Order: sequence, then C-alpha cells, then structure tokens
Amino acid sequence: MGRYVVRRLLQMIPVFIGATLLIFLMVNVMGDPIAGLCGERQCDPATAARLEQEFGLDEPVWQQYLTYMGNVFTGDFGTAFNGQEVTELMATAFPVTIRLTLIAILFEIVIGVTLGVVTGLRRGSPVDTGVLLLTLVVISVPTFVTGLLLQLLLGVKWGWIRPSVSSEAPFDELILPGLVLASVSLAYVTRLTRTSIAENRRSDYVRTAVAKGLPRHRVVVRHLLRNSLIPVVTFIGADIGFLMGGAIVTERIFNIHGVGYQLYQGILRQNTQTVVGFVTVLVLVFLVANLIVDLLYAVLDPRIRYA
Amino acid sequence: MPDGRHEPEQAIAGTGMGGTMDLGVDEAEALEKRPGGGGGPGPEGKPRSLWSDAWRDLRRNPVFIVFALVILFLVFISLWPSAITSGSPLTCDLSRAQEGSRSGHPFGFDGQGCDVYTRTVYGARTSVAVGVLATLGVAVLGSVLGALAGFFGGVGDSVLSRITDVFFAIPVVLGGLVLLSVITSNTVWPVIGFIVLLGWPQLSRIARGSVITAKQNDYVQAARALGASNSRLLLRHIAPNAVAPVIVVATIALGTYIALEATLSYLGVGLKPPSVSWGIDISAASPYIRNAPHALLWPSGALAITVLAFIMLGDAVRDALDPKLR
Repeated sequence: MGRYVVRRLLQMIPVFIGATLLIFLMVNVMGDPIAGLCGERQCDPATAARLEQEFGLDEPVWQQYLTYMGNVFTGDFGTAFNGQEVTELMATAFPVTIRLTLIAILFEIVIGVTLGVVTGLRRGSPVDTGVLLLTLVVISVPTFVTGLLLQLLLGVKWGWIRPSVSSEAPFDELILPGLVLASVSLAYVTRLTRTSIAENRRSDYVRTAVAKGLPRHRVVVRHLLRNSLIPVVTFIGADIGFLMGGAIVTERIFNIHGVGYQLYQGILRQNTQTVVGFVTVLVLVFLVANLIVDLLYAVLDPRIRYA
Repeated sequence: MPDGRHEPEQAIAGTGMGGTMDLGVDEAEALEKRPGGGGGPGPEGKPRSLWSDAWRDLRRNPVFIVFALVILFLVFISLWPSAITSGSPLTCDLSRAQEGSRSGHPFGFDGQGCDVYTRTVYGARTSVAVGVLATLGVAVLGSVLGALAGFFGGVGDSVLSRITDVFFAIPVVLGGLVLLSVITSNTVWPVIGFIVLLGWPQLSRIARGSVITAKQNDYVQAARALGASNSRLLLRHIAPNAVAPVIVVATIALGTYIALEATLSYLGVGLKPPSVSWGIDISAASPYIRNAPHALLWPSGALAITVLAFIMLGDAVRDALDPKLR
C-alpha cells in the first residue's frame, strides 16, 4: 500500500507540472498581463516597462514559471494586480465553492444512488423507464439552461428561494445552486448505479445470500450495493475536480462569490497571478481526489490489493 | 425506450459541462450486453458484416428514426435557414423589444427587438457547424494518435498517455475561458480549435484501447506472419475492427460539443455578437428573464433538443454496433 501511494504520488508530478505549465503558457503567451492594468486605454511604454520589471514579466516565460512554482511551494501565490494577496482571495472563495461542491456531492450520493438502486432492481418497470427518460433530458440540457430555468421558476415565478445568493453564501442558500451544479452528474450517477446493480443482481453471491435466507434489505445494502458502488465511487471522485471547475457557470448564474467568480474576474481583468493560482489549486484537488478514489477501492473491494 | 439500453455514461462523461474526467473508458465495459436482438447469418444464409447488421438494427429502431429525422431537419435548416424564415436574424426593431408572440412572429421578440424565431432558426447553423467540424477534428486527431500509440506501444505510447493525463486534469470550461478570452476573432474557428485541442485525448484513449484489443486477434497475427507491413495491418485489418467505439463516442461527443459551444458563448468567450448562436441569445435573454422568458425558452429548447438528438443517436448506434450481440 505504502509503495503504491508513493508510486502514484510520483506519477502525479509530471501531470501537475504539465497542466500548470499549460495554463501558465495560455495565460502568458495568449494574453498581455499588463494590458489589464491601465484600464481601457493603452499603457504608455515607460509605465508598461516599469510594470513588467516589477512583476518579473521581462524574463523568459520558463524562468517566470520556475520562479512562480518555487513561490507556490513556499505558500506564496503572489499578489493580484490590485495589491490583494491571491491567498487572501482563495481564503474567501474556496470555502464557498467547497460548500457548494459538498451539497452537490450529497445530492449525487443520496438522490443518484437511491434512484439507481430503485431502477436497477426494477428494470423495465414504468418507474425505471420514467427515471431513465428524465436522466436523458437532464444530461441533454446544458447546466446553464437548467440553472436559468430553475432560477426563473423557483426564484422569480414562485418565490420559493432568493434568486441570487448573498456574499456569505450560507448552506441553505446554496441548496438550489448545489442541485443545479450536481444535475448532470446526478443523472450519470443514477444510470451508472442502475447498470451496476442490474448487472450484479444476477451474480452468484447475491443468489447465495438470498438462498441462505438473508432479509432483502441486507442483501441489497451489504452484498449488492457494496459490490456495485465501485464504478460509482470512481465517478464521484473524479467529479469533485469537475464540479469545482464547473462551478464557474453555476456561480455566475446565482451570483455566488466563489472560486468560479474569482477566476472569471481574474480572466476578464487578465490577472495572471489569480488565474494561475486558482487553476493550480484546482488541478491539485483533481489529482488528489483521483488518488483517494483509487485508495478507496481497496476499502470497498477487499479483492483489490495494492502491493 | 427499449429495455436494457446501453448506458452512455462512460462515453459521455468526459465531455460534460465544464470538466474532464478520466473514467478509464473501456469500450468493452461501455458496450453493455443487451438481451435478445438480432444476429447470426442473414436470410440468404450469407454471413452479414457488422455494418450491414448494425444498419438493419438501426432501421427498425424507432428511437433512431425519430432522432435521425430531427438531425436531418437541423442540418437542413442550418444549410438553408431561409427556407423556413423570411427575415434576417440581424434585423431588429428596438420598439418591439420583449414583445410576446404574435402573427408572423410566433416566438415573440427578444430584449433588442429581434425576432426570436428567426434567430433560433439561424442559431442552428452555428451549433451544427461547431459540432460537426469539432467532432471531425477530434476524431481524426484523436484516433490517429491513439491508434498509432496503441499499435506501436513503447515510449511514444507512454508519452501520449501522460499527455492525455495532463489534458484531463484541466477543467474544460476553465481552459476555454483562459484561452478564448484573449481571442477577438468573430468566427467559429477559435471555438472549434479549442474543442479539438481539449477533446482529442478522450478519443485517443478510446482508439488506443480499441486498437490494442484488435491487434491481439488471430487474424492480425496471421496477417503479420504472412508478411503484411505495419501500415497494411493497421489499415486493412485493425482499423475496420477498431473503429466502432470511436464512432459511437464521437457521435455522443458531438452533442456535448454543441452544449460546450453554447456554454462558452453564454460566458461571453465563445462566439460573440453579431454572430448568431443559441448561447449568445440565452445569455442576452437572461437579464430579461422576468419580463420576456420566451426569449430564453425558445433557444434553450432548441439547444436541448439538438444535444438530446445527438446523444440518443450515439446511443442507438452503440446498441446496433454492440459486438457482444454477434
């Protein structure tokens, strides 16, 4: 197990470097980081040169990348061009997005797995067909459309919720945005669980469990579900990074001041440090979540052993 | 919907809204077994090919027929939008802004006083163009790289696998915002280029896995023993037997690319006005959602149906091509 973790951590290094370098290059080569500083007008050359020197932008790109990464590993994500520390922005933005992601994942686990189990056990029934059709519709409608429609119906027409979220973004205001963020993944989780349950239902160990007289709920929960959840866990684990990155759309619809909001502002203002910093953290979250999922396999399925 | 249809999740998951995921896509896993169905030799007693068999299945599948007709209609109106509209999508009359449905203007007017019906019809062109061209690019680039890596293996294969890992770690919408926000071009090409850039790893994984499976077959070994060259092995023997999963995933991906273009346009970095795109219209209509919801609902509905049509088509093709049925 220990050796496996070390090997996986080593494998993460090139992926981490590649992904951050790619984003770094996109931001630096494609955009002009100075242009955002002088507002709408053109920077005058002397100011531009001074600013470039101040932020180290006159050095070659690889040098800038190395310097930046060196700083990141000492906990210094640099300063946004408005003088605010990027770590400060992160400290306000990440808790909001983490809350949002947590709600989304809870929806996926509770609703997605439940619907998947129910439909998987009753394949071909009207409930099954109905849920399957619904998942297809949810998958086909892009998240921003789902979000706008739910905002229109629940927030504006019926007035059940506030259409936009306050800047503190407490848990109760994030329930609908969380559901919107989860919607597509929720449909996938349902379908994945359904397939998995339906497949394993015919297996020998389930027949044995039923034959030895175990109560139905015990067969389903202890035997069937535990074996069927492995692909679902993979999906949800990989989804953590996806949800945090995809929150950019949901956060824009509901005006939530989380990671997506900060990133969007950073990109609009061509604020290199903010964008690269946030993306670096998101890539790390994605990689670590995938590692944890792989380790969870061994817990869920005792047949899997890592040497 | 037929019972026991195949699950699209492994195939579509990687191109959902705004993220990439590595689900270890395995075509064998994705092609779940379907109970019943056709197969075996044809009525003439001749063995049928995979493709004629699949076509026979598809023609009998009502889901396929319905959504294929929807797609044909979409292609038709994107080629000849003037066949069912009279005005231009850029002719707007501000005095009619946010007006509802009336004769001659069945979908009403949007916030700028443009006819929503005309704009919705013309929006199909953008979506279909982006979807088809991006899918072509992704399919060609991804399957060539994936097939070569799977066939030759070795260092190139390892390098390619690591590169795909890197691309999977970058959230798609985020990458789009970063890369496209600095581009001022007003054509569909930057969006298509971006989708190809971030989409090919998904297809290359599928193609690689598929080629590795196919190359272990006896007939490939036999052909190799008879002295066939690498290019002949790859093109004549492996490719025809490895292309099915690529086609299925590419069809489903087409739908998700259309959704991605709309999302990017909604965020303001995809296509920009005066281009006509459903994403732009939805974004423009969202501030008036209280007074003129119709301006939001029609393009949203058109977008949803288009995406659904391609996903269902891919699903039906997957059903038909399922090798476990044969």
